[in-house]
Amino acid sequence: MTNTDKLKASNRQAGRKHGGTIAIGLFLAVTGLFMVLPIYLTIVMSVKPVEELFIFPPKLYAVRPTLDNFRDMFRDLNSNRVPFSRYVFNSLAVTVSVTVLQCIFSSMAAFTLAKCKFPGSKAINNIIVVALLYQSNVICIMQYIVMSKLHLIDNPLALILPSVASPMGLFLMRQSITQIPDAMIEAAKVDGAGLFRICWQIVIPNQKPALMTLMIFAFQGAWNMQAGSWVFKEQYKTLPTVVTQAAASGLAKAGVAMAAAVFMLLPPVIFFMLAQRQVIETMAHSGIKE
Amino acid sequence: MAEISAENIGKRTKKEQRREFWRSVKRSKECYGMIAPFMLFFIIFTVIPVIMSLPMGFTDFNMAEPPKFVGLSNYATLFLSDKVFIRSIRVTLVFALLTGPVSYVLCFLLAWLINELPPKLRTLFTLIFYAPSMANVYTVWQLIFSGDMNGYANSFLINTGLIRAPIQWLTDGRYVLGVTIVVQLWISLGAGFLALRAGFQNIDRSLYEAGAIEGIRNRWQELRYIILPSMGPQLMFAAVMQIVSSFTAGTVAQNLVGFPSTDYKAHTIMTHAYDYGWVRFEMGYASAICMVLFAAMYICSRLISRLLGKYTD
Repeated sequence: MTNTDKLKASNRQAGRKHGGTIAIGLFLAVTGLFMVLPIYLTIVMSVKPVEELFIFPPKLYAVRPTLDNFRDMFRDLNSNRVPFSRYVFNSLAVTVSVTVLQCIFSSMAAFTLAKCKFPGSKAINNIIVVALLYQSNVICIMQYIVMSKLHLIDNPLALILPSVASPMGLFLMRQSITQIPDAMIEAAKVDGAGLFRICWQIVIPNQKPALMTLMIFAFQGAWNMQAGSWVFKEQYKTLPTVVTQAAASGLAKAGVAMAAAVFMLLPPVIFFMLAQRQVIETMAHSGIKE
Repeated sequence: MAEISAENIGKRTKKEQRREFWRSVKRSKECYGMIAPFMLFFIIFTVIPVIMSLPMGFTDFNMAEPPKFVGLSNYATLFLSDKVFIRSIRVTLVFALLTGPVSYVLCFLLAWLINELPPKLRTLFTLIFYAPSMANVYTVWQLIFSGDMNGYANSFLINTGLIRAPIQWLTDGRYVLGVTIVVQLWISLGAGFLALRAGFQNIDRSLYEAGAIEGIRNRWQELRYIILPSMGPQLMFAAVMQIVSSFTAGTVAQNLVGFPSTDYKAHTIMTHAYDYGWVRFEMGYASAICMVLFAAMYICSRLISRLLGKYTD
């Protein structure tokens, strides 16, 4: 069957009435409107000139849209000793490395923890959940101590290494991989494949939805990470830290703050679209088959 | 009889058991190799700091001097004389009970409904619902709920004639918690929602086809007999994420209604910990507060895991 045939077939699933689908679409559109409104307002305000920010009644659109806020933001960012492009480069380098490493490490560990029984596997699985639940504001002090012992303070690696092993990413992948039938893995073992090969050739290609989700989390987390307490040298700082600095001074600079929010939101949104499209395309012609 | 003999076997072979254990450790070399890269970074940057932070709740620690051991006195103060803490427990519970289950159900419901749409619309709607957790837009909410007539909420209500004078959404004790809950719900379709979306995408299409042949007639039956049983792991993941976000909420309130909020109306346990840790530098006390919160979250996650047990095993 070709792609389109399968997609058509999916719409002919059990008892699908067109009316139902339309009702669902309408419901989602209304709820979606509530969800988008604040983001829409953010975008609108980022292009509003200052004098329009405080008129009554507030308008849902900009009368005379302007890019002044963006210009102001970039001017503020460029007035640092370090050129703006340096921050962009830092942010991209950190985000890409964290995303790639986190996906590789989490996938391998998640597969092993989900599908292999070995001494300690149960304990590790529990520790992961506990680590997710345990939040304390003392942790960051202890992290600082650990990192200074490792000479990571003011070192660009401080932006990458701590985010490489995320318990959330591992937990997500592990939960998803438990759904793969054991028979599939046993069959590969019989064929003489090692765990590494089973992981990358059989398990992970079957886990595209979860992997793409993990990539979205990793990208977003790394892109928005505030590492201001570990890195002080201006040339190592990343965008979130400097953008917050540029936008932080209350409602008077609301327009610039909105511009900063829009600017920071763009890359994750683009990445999200790319990743999600991957998932939906693969869905049309795959599935876990025993 | 059977019991006694089993016990004896256990006793006799304790040494052998240990040898057996080491043998299985050696046999699992490959497994350890696979988890090693993750575990290395996990232990250094998460496990060690967590272990170092555990005893802090029993100390008096101001970050300038080394911690002094004070036994249980932090916990005694917390429960016996800290009135604001008792109040923050109530706020946290109200908050968690309102936002947690509601947004958990919403996450699942919306993920399911999106799955019912034609494939092209799915990406769009997933993005729409997930976008709030990517954006950092407290400022826009401040403008929406701004206390003068320029606020979107106030101007809308005034124009429609529902109210005469602007409402002080962010400072009036009656509205503070409600506003915070609305915004929290708005950003709460996060990791859990996306993981559930992935779970839906992971369901083998042939299961639906088989279901249709078996006589499944409508969406509800499909949900009940095909989708729920194959979503257990993702449901558990979403539950854990939901517990974390609803119990540790505090940043929303701090950014929106100020810190401290009017009359401590939106003062959660996490805000209380922030107050003692980063404002008064009583880290030992703050750490005790966090321990109490962690205990509550752990119990809650065990309960949910028990509830979902049917689907996760």
